[in-house]
Amino acid sequence: MMVPTSFYLILGALIFAVGATGVLVRRNALIIFMCVEMMLNSVNLTLIALARQWGNLEGQIFVFMIMAVAAAEVAVGLAILIANIRHRNSINIDEINLLKW
Amino acid sequence: MSVSLLFFVLVGAVSLAAAFGVVMSRQPVHSALFLLTNFATLAVLYITLEAQFLAAAQVIVYAGGIVILILFVIMLVGGDTNDFSAAQRIWSRTVGLALGIILLLAVSYSFLQRMMPLPDDPALLLQGGAPQAVGSALFTDYVLPFELVAVLLLVALIGALVLGRQPEDEGPGIPSVGPTGLQDSANAEVKAAE
Repeated sequence: MMVPTSFYLILGALIFAVGATGVLVRRNALIIFMCVEMMLNSVNLTLIALARQWGNLEGQIFVFMIMAVAAAEVAVGLAILIANIRHRNSINIDEINLLKW
Repeated sequence: MSVSLLFFVLVGAVSLAAAFGVVMSRQPVHSALFLLTNFATLAVLYITLEAQFLAAAQVIVYAGGIVILILFVIMLVGGDTNDFSAAQRIWSRTVGLALGIILLLAVSYSFLQRMMPLPDDPALLLQGGAPQAVGSALFTDYVLPFELVAVLLLVALIGALVLGRQPEDEGPGIPSVGPTGLQDSANAEVKAAE
């Protein structure tokens, strides 16, 4: 017997909600970063589960692209973080407010 | 309860616990290790979902690349253990939790609607998500997105390099380009002539 798709989708939703809550609750930019990665991964799980649901490889191709984009995002995001630490000596997200109105 | 369902519940519980660990642990290093656990359990779930190639890619890209990169940054920054949320905004924790629960309910509600039955043999349709199947799809129908992803990675590489570079404080700075730079050099030439 195969595990129904909805179970995977609900697991993905749970992980996504936990990640979103982490983004809203935590103030450490690094941990917010990790939570964003976790949300991306839960979406990947959803896409792969739905690829099996429809018997179609396109969902898996999507996930492949998302992985590449996530890798790029991590490289640039961590570089921004390092540059910010060099200038302001802080990773508190509340102190990075120069572009905020 | 069948074996596959039991397996899914166990792996999913570990994955969810690791997700909570990422959000709740005080030390960023612990968060990163919980994140690694989360990625690894998701790779296991990908195998059960007929996506073998993506399971391998998950381990290589996320566990091998991204978590290591995050750990390097933690190493550079130092484990900054104090989280500043309580000091500045008391309401942010409550609001964040409430928004997370609302999100979960909204997403789950849409999933719990009637689902279509699974196809008879998804492993046959997807060819197990083996590298050959995914690769042939990537290089026939999806060549253009694939190449665009390559360009994106190159741009990200250059961007990360530019952002992460040490600012040049000592020594000759970067020569200014554009009208002002040209004007300066012209002025210098005039002065030299005088």
